[in-house]
Amino acid sequence: MSRAEPLVVVDRLTKHFPITRGILIQRQVGAVQAVDQVSFTIARGETLGLVGESGCGKTTVGRTALALYPATSGRVVIDGQDVHTARGRDLLAIRRKAQMIFQDPYASLNPRWTVNAIISEPLRVHRLCANDRERTERVKDLMQMVGLSPRLINRFPHEFSGGQRQRIGIARALASEPLFIVCDEPISALDVSIQAQVVNLLEELQGRLGLTYLFIAHDLSMVRHICTRVAVMYLGVLVELAERNELYENPLHPYTQSLLSAVPIPDPKAARQRRRIILQGDVPSPINPPAGCRFHTRCPIALDLCSQERPAWRDMGGEHWVACHRA
Amino acid sequence: MDDNLLLQVEDLHTRFHTPEGTVYAVNGISYRLHEGETLAVVGESGCGKSVSMMSILGLLPVPPAEIAGGRALYRGQDLLKMSESELERIRGKEIAMIFQDPMTSLNPVLTIGKQITESLHKHLGMNPTQATERAIELLDWVGIPDARRRLGDYPHQFSGGMRQRVMIAMQLACTPSILIADEPTTALDVTIQAQIVELVVRLRQQVGMAMIWITHDLGVVAGLADRVMVMYAGFVVEEAGVDDLYEDPRHPYTIALLAALPRVDRRRDRRLKSIPGAPPSLLVEPRGCPFAPRCEFAIERCFIDNPSLQPVAPRHRIACWVEIKTGGQR
Repeated sequence: MSRAEPLVVVDRLTKHFPITRGILIQRQVGAVQAVDQVSFTIARGETLGLVGESGCGKTTVGRTALALYPATSGRVVIDGQDVHTARGRDLLAIRRKAQMIFQDPYASLNPRWTVNAIISEPLRVHRLCANDRERTERVKDLMQMVGLSPRLINRFPHEFSGGQRQRIGIARALASEPLFIVCDEPISALDVSIQAQVVNLLEELQGRLGLTYLFIAHDLSMVRHICTRVAVMYLGVLVELAERNELYENPLHPYTQSLLSAVPIPDPKAARQRRRIILQGDVPSPINPPAGCRFHTRCPIALDLCSQERPAWRDMGGEHWVACHRA
Repeated sequence: MDDNLLLQVEDLHTRFHTPEGTVYAVNGISYRLHEGETLAVVGESGCGKSVSMMSILGLLPVPPAEIAGGRALYRGQDLLKMSESELERIRGKEIAMIFQDPMTSLNPVLTIGKQITESLHKHLGMNPTQATERAIELLDWVGIPDARRRLGDYPHQFSGGMRQRVMIAMQLACTPSILIADEPTTALDVTIQAQIVELVVRLRQQVGMAMIWITHDLGVVAGLADRVMVMYAGFVVEEAGVDDLYEDPRHPYTIALLAALPRVDRRRDRRLKSIPGAPPSLLVEPRGCPFAPRCEFAIERCFIDNPSLQPVAPRHRIACWVEIKTGGQR
């Protein structure tokens, strides 16, 4: 396969969660339209940022992309393989190639398992080691790789700090030698002084192992730092996607503009000079999202057209994608 | 000479006695708050920033908590010596407090209207009609649309940002002279955070109150505070005016913290500088500078003696033994 071919292709991915009523006889009374017609690609070795506020569907995109949820419609291809049609051995192969790092390092590790058991689970599932001794050696290598002392191999998660637990989660994700890792808010539960440690580790591992990341986050400053390209989501749809500096310096969608203007800057003089676009109201419910452009109810520059017709997802030149009638 | 001094905290010590041992949460912090001033208290989880505020307002359960020493003078009266009923008159009326999660401070089974009118009745002695009209005014003031109708709604019917507005309305009902805000925007999305910060800044000017804003977010503070106090492991390590702190940070911890933050308005120019290790266990009685084990400038003395806050410039104090420019002792 050529290097130019993207590792991950997400094509018009849609995920609706049914809302049911009734206990014995359940009937569907509606759907949470968590993700609607989302398309993007990720090149090998690249980090794509996926940002948006809580409830915008960014985590659902990550989980559906790894077939942890079945898709309602649309397609996800990882390394040439359609993840939603794959079964049996093919599915197992995809699971080996694509891994996930979770937000909460307290909830995502089994408290009754030792570090050894946690990190070696993927090795056992995918039968990557011939025997126990080899497996233990591999776990120690992985611990060293993420900056944990191999002497701690028989400890339990509660004996580690938040940052160290996140390192255990990273070692587990690396165990099956994946090509692609979905990082779902991997640093948002950590203190500032620890965040930089984890971000630097993720970058170092990417350089060393040639990893490809989908980095889901709400911290727009950190996303600009770590990602090559950035996609912005609002209420289940992508509104904009571009190379990082292009997006942050020349945002075209009014939602991206207001989002960026709301991010606090640790510099009092810059903060005082800034012009902020403060959005009115809250995000509408994804159960019954607004017709047309989903952002039109809060958009400061909406036209009549915006409430009637959904804006097309188009390239404004230089791979700067936006869905807005006014762009 | 210090006419508009509102609050003066001196050498405050707070400990918790737990089955695992004594937790040294706050270890001798001192600060002053003047009328109309906004002081930000910045630090990571467990640095004692919230506990130090709860201590002076008598909000910690004793035991396990113990206020092991210090004074907290509010308009000259020591809050730490007051009886519960005296404190109750101060809390809410003179010193108001808003928290990170308004859901834990609002009663889920009472309507918003009931909760606001109750405090208006209790603190200001209003009759039901007056209280209802005032409640509508207050909700309107903090930007809740359709306030009259929403009086009958329960807390869960409001979004996170709207709940925080309700909390602010309730707390400002008695026009307090100090508002203590404990991470009030941490649970909120960035666009909603911007709304709440804008609201609080506007209300602060209208009411003319002083504010203590507790947060871990150095970004929010930059646009909000007059003065900043940086805490680490129960100690104040640096205190300065907001411009000085960001332009000329002097304590190694503050310097490292600012270097670990990427900027949304700048292109990436380097790897992030990370601080090795993790904050110390608070179960060990502190000795020496708490940051010494993670500090790149630490000298022998840092591990033995705890430095006190000393001025390094006008209105700029740090607790550090090292002269960073030369690497020698200060």
